[in-house]
Amino acid sequence: MDPAAIPTLPRGVRLHRDRVREQWVLLAPERAVTLDPIAHAILSEVDGTRSLAEITEALAARYAAPPEQIAADAAGFLQALHARRFLDLSA
Amino acid sequence: MTKPKPPIAMLAELTHRCPLSCPYCSNPLELTRQEAELSTDDWSRVFREAADLGVLQLHLSGGEPAARRDLEDLVRAACDAGLYTNLITSGIGLTERRLRALDEAGLDHIQLSLQGTTPEMADEIGGYRGGFARKLQVAEWIGRIGFPLTLNAVLHRRNLHQLPRALEMALEMGARRIEVATVQFHGWALKNRDALMPTKAQAEEATRLVAEARTRLKGQLVIDYVPADYHSDYPKRCMGGWGSTGLNVAPDGTVLPCHAAQTIPHLRFDSVRELPLAEIWYEGAAFDAYRGTEWMQEPCASCERKTVDFGGCRCQAMALAHDPAATDPVCIKSPRHVDLQARAAAHAAAAAPLSYRSAPGKPVPTPAE
Repeated sequence: MDPAAIPTLPRGVRLHRDRVREQWVLLAPERAVTLDPIAHAILSEVDGTRSLAEITEALAARYAAPPEQIAADAAGFLQALHARRFLDLSA
Repeated sequence: MTKPKPPIAMLAELTHRCPLSCPYCSNPLELTRQEAELSTDDWSRVFREAADLGVLQLHLSGGEPAARRDLEDLVRAACDAGLYTNLITSGIGLTERRLRALDEAGLDHIQLSLQGTTPEMADEIGGYRGGFARKLQVAEWIGRIGFPLTLNAVLHRRNLHQLPRALEMALEMGARRIEVATVQFHGWALKNRDALMPTKAQAEEATRLVAEARTRLKGQLVIDYVPADYHSDYPKRCMGGWGSTGLNVAPDGTVLPCHAAQTIPHLRFDSVRELPLAEIWYEGAAFDAYRGTEWMQEPCASCERKTVDFGGCRCQAMALAHDPAATDPVCIKSPRHVDLQARAAAHAAAAAPLSYRSAPGKPVPTPAE
């Protein structure tokens, strides 16, 4: 995945706090994906303006984690969302 | 038994009225009349109760939901309740102005049904002249407004050859998703098996085409596939398991574990007019009847797949084995499986005219058989 790519949640896909199950979910057309804390942290950084590299850097700083590990986790997760059309990627 | 989990999805059948009369309609044979439909206020309360119960996804369906004059108000009420709103429509009854009002009300997503890929096929199957042209116009408005779109192609013996074109149409309309749904034989479709049952060769070709398209269109078009289950070896995981993930509310407020549940004669159903939705979900007898695995007989009870497909579809077990607790006859382990495969081949080889769905309040046409 290109580190310069800018991930965006397209219309119809959004983060939602599930107050009954007390967890975060990603709501998409006819799907609800349960988010673990890592997945939620990654998606919280997706704002449609910053690139994957910038998001990785921000997460690495915030969680004092190795940037390579964060980059691998984030890229894998976002790629999977992209394959399901829950995420747009623009260069 | 442990307390059931809350439902994720609710199908709100706002009305049974519909301008189309598709011969495979999943509405019950006995259709609810307009006078008996829930009011705007009733539905709005049910949406709030659903959100409080844990429902995340609301599917607004019918009949044709656009036949409700208050659809825009219902969408707003559902959005205010915090639900993700999906409109399941044929497109007939929607204008650009209504679509813009739905956009303003907060509608999240549209699922547009497709009866065929040519006007001749689509209008014959839907029983509505001009319907196909109108649908294309609606699809254009949907694209212009920017609603996320799923195309729902309903396929059977007469139009399965149009699957490649349906995939192209989804791309042309800018849909992110297509549901390739082979007709399931419940409701009105059960009367039309001789007219609509695909051949085994057609079913296999569809499976091959879907697999090929999934690879070719990865990241571009998501394909959900409902195979022809009479020709399958294992049954569908109906409703994700009875009373486990979803519920239906019929136009008059009757709450059902699935849209065909009323074909199981011994079940008694509660209504949102009388009880809170949460009480119906957690304590209703109809939801409890086939929840989990304790109700199962052999060969389901000792089967390693019993929590994979939950024994298949209860309504199909009722229709084909006359016992709603039996193994779905689609299953290779069912003593009726061989017989069902023979019957599927006979239906597929038969010829019969389409027997169309009637309108609410009108008599059910005499069955073809």
